[in-house]
Amino acid sequence: MENTPMICADQVRFRYDDQKDVWAVNGAGMTVKKGEFVVVLGANGCGKSTLAKHFNAILLPESGTVTVEGIPTTDEARLYDIRQRVGMVFQNPDNQIVATVVEEDVAFALENLGVPPEEIRRRVDEAMRMTGIYKHRLKGPHKLSGGQKQRVAIAGVIAMRPDCLVLDESTAMLDPRGREKVMSTIGHLNRDFGITVVAITHYMEEAAQADRVLVMSEGRVVMEGTPQQVFSQADKLHSLHLDVPQAVELRDELVKAGVPMPEGIIDEGSCAKALYDLLK
Amino acid sequence: MAAIIETQHLTHIYGAGMPDATVALEDVSFSVEAGDFVGIIGSTGSGKSTLISHFNGLLKPTSGKVLVDGQDIWADPSQIRKFRFLVGMVMQYPEYQLFEETVYKDIAFGPKNMGLSEPEIDRRVHRAAEFCGLPIDYLNRSPFELSGGQKRRVAIAGVLAMEPRILVLDEPAAGLDPEGRDTILSQIRQYHKDTGTTVLLVSHSMEDIARYANRVLVMDQRRVAMYDEVEKVFARAPELLELGLSVPQVTKIFLKLREMGLDIATDVYTTPYAVKTVLKALEAKKEAAGC
Repeated sequence: MENTPMICADQVRFRYDDQKDVWAVNGAGMTVKKGEFVVVLGANGCGKSTLAKHFNAILLPESGTVTVEGIPTTDEARLYDIRQRVGMVFQNPDNQIVATVVEEDVAFALENLGVPPEEIRRRVDEAMRMTGIYKHRLKGPHKLSGGQKQRVAIAGVIAMRPDCLVLDESTAMLDPRGREKVMSTIGHLNRDFGITVVAITHYMEEAAQADRVLVMSEGRVVMEGTPQQVFSQADKLHSLHLDVPQAVELRDELVKAGVPMPEGIIDEGSCAKALYDLLK
Repeated sequence: MAAIIETQHLTHIYGAGMPDATVALEDVSFSVEAGDFVGIIGSTGSGKSTLISHFNGLLKPTSGKVLVDGQDIWADPSQIRKFRFLVGMVMQYPEYQLFEETVYKDIAFGPKNMGLSEPEIDRRVHRAAEFCGLPIDYLNRSPFELSGGQKRRVAIAGVLAMEPRILVLDEPAAGLDPEGRDTILSQIRQYHKDTGTTVLLVSHSMEDIARYANRVLVMDQRRVAMYDEVEKVFARAPELLELGLSVPQVTKIFLKLREMGLDIATDVYTTPYAVKTVLKALEAKKEAAGC
């Protein structure tokens, strides 16, 4: 079972209106291994959010297949198994919080699943510690910042002990500090607890932290590789209406100006090091 | 040039006199020259939204004054409408405020309320739509058929159609993909250049502010922490980081180089300038070796 992929999407096609020949996802395929940290990039309207909603059976493909740890998402009898394994976090923190006290919000799903009270207490405390919101547990969610609210939403999903976390632009509405905190929480859950992460984002700096980057366009996956491999193709990314991190842009511009800069620079650390070696 | 917006000892307290009174702005004094493009940054809760809500009288100062074009906007509260037309405000996620049947009607809503003639409204709708890159055939569509980025442009066009002398935008590019961001911000810059409208742009993105603004106002804990030309503010990058703000990635790279012991400028905030700085440093190094 170890080698069963966390998520496998094959030739997925989906349209919102079955009377029209307009496909939001049009033959997309991707495999996410257990324990991986994958980032999905793509311009607005490329189908990335629609595809993500297939990963825990919110949407079902019109053709093609999606499996979660080998279970087809069309297997209705196992819907709860799928949703327990793959948890989703969305863009707007205010749309995901239901309770008036943080810890009650984190416990919401567990209560609905009929988990015994003492087990709920344990899991909720654990989830709040893992996401760094334990000290806010008795506050009202409206008193929290956007970043804190987003971490409450993540804690609510983590309390269900999922194997995989799917984040659909979960940092888009946050300020830089909130974004950093959410990203470091996600990194911590991935590294230290082995939770598989699929994150959709518009922030290229976030993509640079991933194990693997996928780029979508017009409902398909059109680029795939390590952040180094993907960001080394700046022209192709621009043609897909995307950017590269400034560190990559600086490296490429310097190369154009005749300065010998090494390949594979994707973040400020590697860029500063290369420049230091050049200028020291 | 004369100040087009000025605040004098502006203080705002939410729920003043109540047990949960919260000071949101404290003794804020600054002025914006006509024709400036000012970027406003500050972490969540620093008071930026409270501040900009004073410019067209959505909020009334608890104490202190707000002057627009030299006039105290609250001198005669019955005249406040005049300032609402003078200062155009684009809120966060303005596409949620669209409500009309067609794009045309939505853009025309502001000018109509200003009591303008039909031909004048028509001229303004077309002009605003063009500035925002909306094709003419969109004008008869329902705004709800459009994509998020297009809806946002309709909402901005609705404010531009009022032809305000001052344009205030709160995070106009939030949630858009990189190309969408560039498109909207470039259109705002073009509008600024073509019409000479004063622009105040609230953004979390230092990269965007660096690219588009000529002055930066940094808010921190209810007060103005810095207010200066862009390059002078970015030269204080370590202080900005201390305030919990992010600086452009290239600025971080040059800060790191300095930490590593290189004697190099740290007021770098755009890629072209970074390239220039590196080339200059390389030349200096060659010369030093040549001697």
